[in-house]
Amino acid sequence: MVRKTLDRRIDNLQNEVILLGSMVENAILGAVDTLKHRDVKTARKLYHEDVTINDKRFAIENAILIILATQQPLAHYLRLLAAMLEIIIELERMGDYAKGIAKVVMKLGDVDIPVPIVPISRMADLGVSMLHRALGAFFEENVNLATLIPVEDDEVDDLYNAIYRELVESMIANPETIDNANLLMWVAHNLERTADRVTNICERTVFIATGELFEIDSSDDEEMD
Amino acid sequence: MINMDKIVIEDFYLRYSDGTESLKNINLNIQSNQITALFGPAGGGKSTLLRSINRLNDLADVTGLYGRILLNGVNILGPETDVNNLRRMVGMVFSRPVPLPLSIYENITYGLRVGGERRRSRLDTAVERSLHQAALWDEVHNRLHVSAYELSGGQQQRLCLARSLALQPEVILLDEPTSALDPVSTAKIEASLEELKTDYTIVIVPHNTQQTSRVSDFAAFFLQGELIEFARGEIMFTNPKDERTQDYIEGRFG
Repeated sequence: MVRKTLDRRIDNLQNEVILLGSMVENAILGAVDTLKHRDVKTARKLYHEDVTINDKRFAIENAILIILATQQPLAHYLRLLAAMLEIIIELERMGDYAKGIAKVVMKLGDVDIPVPIVPISRMADLGVSMLHRALGAFFEENVNLATLIPVEDDEVDDLYNAIYRELVESMIANPETIDNANLLMWVAHNLERTADRVTNICERTVFIATGELFEIDSSDDEEMD
Repeated sequence: MINMDKIVIEDFYLRYSDGTESLKNINLNIQSNQITALFGPAGGGKSTLLRSINRLNDLADVTGLYGRILLNGVNILGPETDVNNLRRMVGMVFSRPVPLPLSIYENITYGLRVGGERRRSRLDTAVERSLHQAALWDEVHNRLHVSAYELSGGQQQRLCLARSLALQPEVILLDEPTSALDPVSTAKIEASLEELKTDYTIVIVPHNTQQTSRVSDFAAFFLQGELIEFARGEIMFTNPKDERTQDYIEGRFG
């Protein structure tokens, strides 16, 4: 049976979610770049541009609500729309993390402090790569890919731990740098959380395809045993 | 075009001879090339209003009728209105398919022939065009001279739609057009309406609230003869303003 109007509207929405993802990827990479170059001016610009990510998220949410109200989608379409509602929240939070990084750059100003930019950049590149491929998996409903991506979170966590230790040592050695070192800790924290949220997106992709909702294991869990 | 309103209903009031006040103080604008749905519980006055737009109510037992209904800015309730011409310009599809006991071809050409059209080429063109518009051509083009009774219910209803379209109306009224049909036929008719609104103005009394939510560009909620709320479809079904509208849509009564 043909429901051309509904098919077209949902296709458009999937494209909009991918577009929102691109905006977030650019925001994260852009924010880390301003940290690398200590570019306060660009950081301020990125900080204010977060509002475009929020607006797009609300526009997609509104469009999904209208389809739910007026088209009675069931089964696969219902799962897809419900999953998109969750995914856009994850993306909007990631946008907030990028905004947080830009704020740190603004707060640091031109203060003289060593920045562990190599591991921070590596975390950002990994996280964005994971996000990019996770959105590809969502678009194609590729369950295999979706279940493999979360494993890469381990490397991101290792980098976070390394940065954390380095910054703690630096704070102990130079207590007057504690405030600024703490700001840098936030940058690493935001990137670590970004990678975590990619896992949530992968879980939603599995749900769309199979109807099953479960947490994809990462080695975070095993450490607590 | 500055005025987008195809039909303007002003202070419309209708009372039947048994004293029932069917419609009270109705003010409603129907936009061109849009689908406007009149919905609400039974007895609300929606079908009565629909039938007033092409003056089919002239045939009913109406004793009180006030207000105006303007089509293209002209009041059609006045005595000077040519009612036959009005019913050509404003076509109607009813809740049960009512094919004439003729062939598919003759069903469609009947109205044209009554109007004096004899030229075979014109009739053929009208048949092909209307069957395409009603999304029925593919299914019947090679058996146009077969009796309309051989068609399924859904096909007969689309034939009735094609019959109205053959007269090239400006407005199409539909009174619960899919209530006798299966879900696939229902979906085909709803899809046809989406396409048809490009060329026509459509006013429909839908079969149920879900159909209303699927087809409305604009929706008007009627309760006991009064127009309670009027809004764009997407607003009506995500955020209605009146509590009575909300209760009805949520299924609390009706």
